[in-house]
Amino acid sequence: MDISSAAAAVTAQDLYKRYRKVVAVDHVSFQIPRGATVGLLGGNGAGKTTTIAMIMGLVLPTSGAISVLGEDMIRHRQRVLHRMNFESPYVNMPMRLTVRQNLTVYGRLYGLPELSGRIAALAGALDLRELLERPCGRLSAGQKTRVSLAKALLNDPELLLLDEPTASLDPDTADWVRRHLENFRRERGATILLASHNMPEVERLCDSVIIMKRGRIVDEDSPAALLRRYGRATLEDVFLAVARDEAGLPAPGGVSGAGTDAEMGG
Amino acid sequence: MIGATGRGGPAASAGRIGAMILRYWYLLRSSWPRLLELVYWPTVQMFMWGFLQSYLHQQEGMLALAGGALLGAVLLWDILFRGQIGFSISFLEEMWAQNLGHLMISPLRAGEFIAALMVMSLIRVIIGVVPVSVMAVYFFGFNIYGLGLALVGFFVILMVTSWAIGLLVCGLVLRQGLGAESLVWSLIFLMLPLACVYYPVTTLPHWLQYVALALPPTYVFEGMRAILIDGVFRPDLLMTGLALNLIYLAIGLAAFLALLRSARIHGSLLVSGE
Repeated sequence: MDISSAAAAVTAQDLYKRYRKVVAVDHVSFQIPRGATVGLLGGNGAGKTTTIAMIMGLVLPTSGAISVLGEDMIRHRQRVLHRMNFESPYVNMPMRLTVRQNLTVYGRLYGLPELSGRIAALAGALDLRELLERPCGRLSAGQKTRVSLAKALLNDPELLLLDEPTASLDPDTADWVRRHLENFRRERGATILLASHNMPEVERLCDSVIIMKRGRIVDEDSPAALLRRYGRATLEDVFLAVARDEAGLPAPGGVSGAGTDAEMGG
Repeated sequence: MIGATGRGGPAASAGRIGAMILRYWYLLRSSWPRLLELVYWPTVQMFMWGFLQSYLHQQEGMLALAGGALLGAVLLWDILFRGQIGFSISFLEEMWAQNLGHLMISPLRAGEFIAALMVMSLIRVIIGVVPVSVMAVYFFGFNIYGLGLALVGFFVILMVTSWAIGLLVCGLVLRQGLGAESLVWSLIFLMLPLACVYYPVTTLPHWLQYVALALPPTYVFEGMRAILIDGVFRPDLLMTGLALNLIYLAIGLAAFLALLRSARIHGSLLVSGE
């Protein structure tokens, strides 16, 4: 695998992360082609959050290599951070700043030209106009998600990392967010890596799926191919089969700890 | 393509530092109690020590002379204390808001983050100490600006030391989480007895004097007493303090960067709670 391949948006090569005695990610390798939407599935403690954190450079791998948009994320993350972004309902925007203030600060961090126009455009697209002068701490869960999404789309990222973007949203708002992500990907040609426990969402949005368990990749393919291979009707059934070792997969070996959620969040 | 210019270059770097300063300014102005608090404690301290100084002035001999330096010591100590708190509080705002993850995946560099914290520390000190120093002239006839150019040197030494301590403390909070938050409030107070804020270095036991003389602020307080009590400006004290400052700042920076790296190794940036 060519780690600096410009054709791939993300290349992880033999990625390994150990927290003291707990192996969170166990020699994982994968590539995400540019323009693809890839789902990262796995139960709690599967290593999804740690994998995403390593892709963003928030966590340094114990060994292995990661390339994002052709740049080595361990040595040269500063070269590529302005081309990517991240959204998670579990990471709040500063509560006491208004929506506009938060977007202004992040827009300036990303060095965006014509920032007020960009904020106005995003506010229109994400239905945030009425909320711009309201402190983020006074927004509902759905409104916060839209603001987080606006922050994540502010720099028009080539790579968007999403950690359960529709968690805790009502079905209508969740559907609205998914539609917006579909539009963004189509118009921007962006690459999206989506960690989610919502299987219908993954089936709808993702071209391919990586399934992780106890820090290792146990399978990866398109949703349709996975359904065929496992002989299941839905991706949720595939997920359950893998989670309960009903799929005839070899049990991941050499993993000294599975419960990394308490420490790493998933 | 929107055209983010998140890479290098002094202009881009200044833009990111400006963005962080703007963030802290938004925070500061969003809460009048926070603004008031910046002036409240320095004012209370100034009045308490001001009345004590007035009382000592009524005494005779050395006591009256030493009393003349009390308000100077209080105001200079406040620069050190508020400087460190100002640096660290801005950092803690990110921990409290759980915003560190967003910042760390943005193009903001560690050096730019530190520069913004330094500027905010300076702004907080100016808001807190300048009005109080003017009040000291009005209520107690004590003019800290009478120290002349030496005051500029003292100010620089105290601010840089406050940043060096702030860097170490913030690095520890970054690595250990908010469980280490109390260090922000407590570590600086070690300077109060050791840097000889209210008494000469010779007051300390002989062995402890070596510790005091290894601290940059000691030279500020000794230098201030030399001017106010003996009427002598001691450039040697100023230069020693400045030289020590360079070492402390280098150690603070190295510690912060090492602790940031350690936080990235141990996954501490993902969990910014206790």
